[in-house]
Amino acid sequence: MAETAAARTTAAPVALSVAPKPRRLFSWRTVRRQPRFLIGATFIGFLILLALAAPLIVRTDPKVSHPDDGIQRPSIHHLMGTDDLGRDVLGRAIYGARVSLAVGLIAVGIGLITGVTLGMTAGYKGGWADLLILRVIDALLAFPALLLAISITSALGPNLRNTMIAIGVVAIPIYARLTRGQVLQVKEREYIEAARTVGASQTRVAFRHILPNILNPLIVQASLSIAFAILAEASLSFLGLGAQPPTPTWGADINHARDYLSNGYWWMSLGPGLAILLTVFSFNLLGDSIRDILDPRLRDR
Amino acid sequence: MTAYITRRLLLMIPVAFLVSVMIFMLLRLTPGDPITILFGEEPDPTVIANLRHQYGLDRPIPIQYANWIGRFLHGDMGRSLRTRQPVTEAILTRLPATLELGLAALCFSLLISIPIGILSATKRNSVWDLVGTSFPLLGVSIPNFFSGIMLILLFSLTFRIFSPGGYVPFKVDAGQNLKHLVLPMIALATPSLAINMRFMRSGLIDALGQEYIRVARAKGLGERAVVVRHALKNAFIPFVTVVGLQVGALLEGAFITETIFLWPGVGRLAVDSIGGRDYPVVQGIVLLSALSFMSVNLIVDLLYAFLDPRIKYG
Repeated sequence: MAETAAARTTAAPVALSVAPKPRRLFSWRTVRRQPRFLIGATFIGFLILLALAAPLIVRTDPKVSHPDDGIQRPSIHHLMGTDDLGRDVLGRAIYGARVSLAVGLIAVGIGLITGVTLGMTAGYKGGWADLLILRVIDALLAFPALLLAISITSALGPNLRNTMIAIGVVAIPIYARLTRGQVLQVKEREYIEAARTVGASQTRVAFRHILPNILNPLIVQASLSIAFAILAEASLSFLGLGAQPPTPTWGADINHARDYLSNGYWWMSLGPGLAILLTVFSFNLLGDSIRDILDPRLRDR
Repeated sequence: MTAYITRRLLLMIPVAFLVSVMIFMLLRLTPGDPITILFGEEPDPTVIANLRHQYGLDRPIPIQYANWIGRFLHGDMGRSLRTRQPVTEAILTRLPATLELGLAALCFSLLISIPIGILSATKRNSVWDLVGTSFPLLGVSIPNFFSGIMLILLFSLTFRIFSPGGYVPFKVDAGQNLKHLVLPMIALATPSLAINMRFMRSGLIDALGQEYIRVARAKGLGERAVVVRHALKNAFIPFVTVVGLQVGALLEGAFITETIFLWPGVGRLAVDSIGGRDYPVVQGIVLLSALSFMSVNLIVDLLYAFLDPRIKYG
């Protein structure tokens, strides 16, 4: 008995110090079976291209008004018509993609980096740090998400940068909680103990050994949060709390179009509205399908 | 169970404290002098000094917080900067309209999502299944200001069935009240309808795959009894949690829906106050919303513990 126990302890670090190789996320075979992934990814790729190439595609400056061209129905010249200031609705919708995508990526980046750091600290250190971080997470989760974003932007002042910060802060608790839970599960595994035994520093263990193993749920959450962030940005700019005019943003353009609705100018809100719908839908589709690919147990839900 | 409730209530105290500190600090984060923020430009320095003293703004921040939260606990949330009306009163007069809209949207969402969710889970690969799988994705992707505008465009400007906005109190004219309620109710309910439908479907599919369902079928129980008596009962447990979380979505959705449909509720008051930099009103509404959201979450958690006999709480 004593002999085998001793053999086990000496053998363990050598045998187990190699962390299991994270499973390959995507292969053509799994992706091909997920039409939702293809549809979502294709549209998002198309949208990113449009946003980048906006100055090449849109002939008119989306910020300059042409009073003579005001309120025109959709036609060959203006596929989705013009607004009251004679600006091309489709052109502004294409430029609006820049703001939406930028906010989506940067806000989620802020939430992801801060949240993962907090969650990692809470889960790995435990004790007081854990208690404190947990309470802060609870407090952030005590607000309905959009309401928190509205409060932060209205306090910091309405502009594009503050919108990104506000939406980023709202996303923090989701990532912090997710990371903490995953770290608690992973940290007692033998390969982590092994890494510690051979003298890896705490940061090294956290980032080189724990992080790669909790990546999957983070990826799924990130693609779903981008959908939320874009929707939140649209809501904030609809309320006048986002990027200020004349910057084209989908939410603000819809709010502007609302004043002309009763005059029968229906096309003004259609461009930005469809843009939000398709973009958020694609990110949701993508997030859902990535979750199915990474976790086949959840398929069918 | 009593011990669990007590512990949860005690745990709520530090969180509520942190929430109130955050809301208090948000106003301090606002660039500019609080006096200018609260009372507008005031050229006379003695008037500024007086106001500063009168509102305790010359005191240390922790004492200012203590005074503020003390007054809040006594129901005093200050006065609106624009109308000089007490904030508590302003909120209370608008609360009935918001509650009416919120409750209507919640009922509408449940009435639609439960049957479709059940049909979609039990009749796989049917039309109902298609609705049950595609609507949830679409419903959470459409912002309610856009669905609201499309509803107005379709049902009040093109077909002239419902009015595009406004509010008639129920006591004045019940028929008109309901006619004005329909469109904002649908717009507000859409996202929560989508989520509820999705969870009803997945919860039921999950429950139908369990061992005890096989047992129920094996002993010769009819499919209807299997679904209703065994599967549905268990599918409702996670569903309750999700519906509870929808209250938050309804709260924030009310901000935008009420603005579009000119519904005179708390949400529109908040949006108008944000636009008019009426900070006491904004602060009051945000604090009350957060506290009610927290309470709902607590109730949902307790209900969950009560409904699911497998979960034991010390």
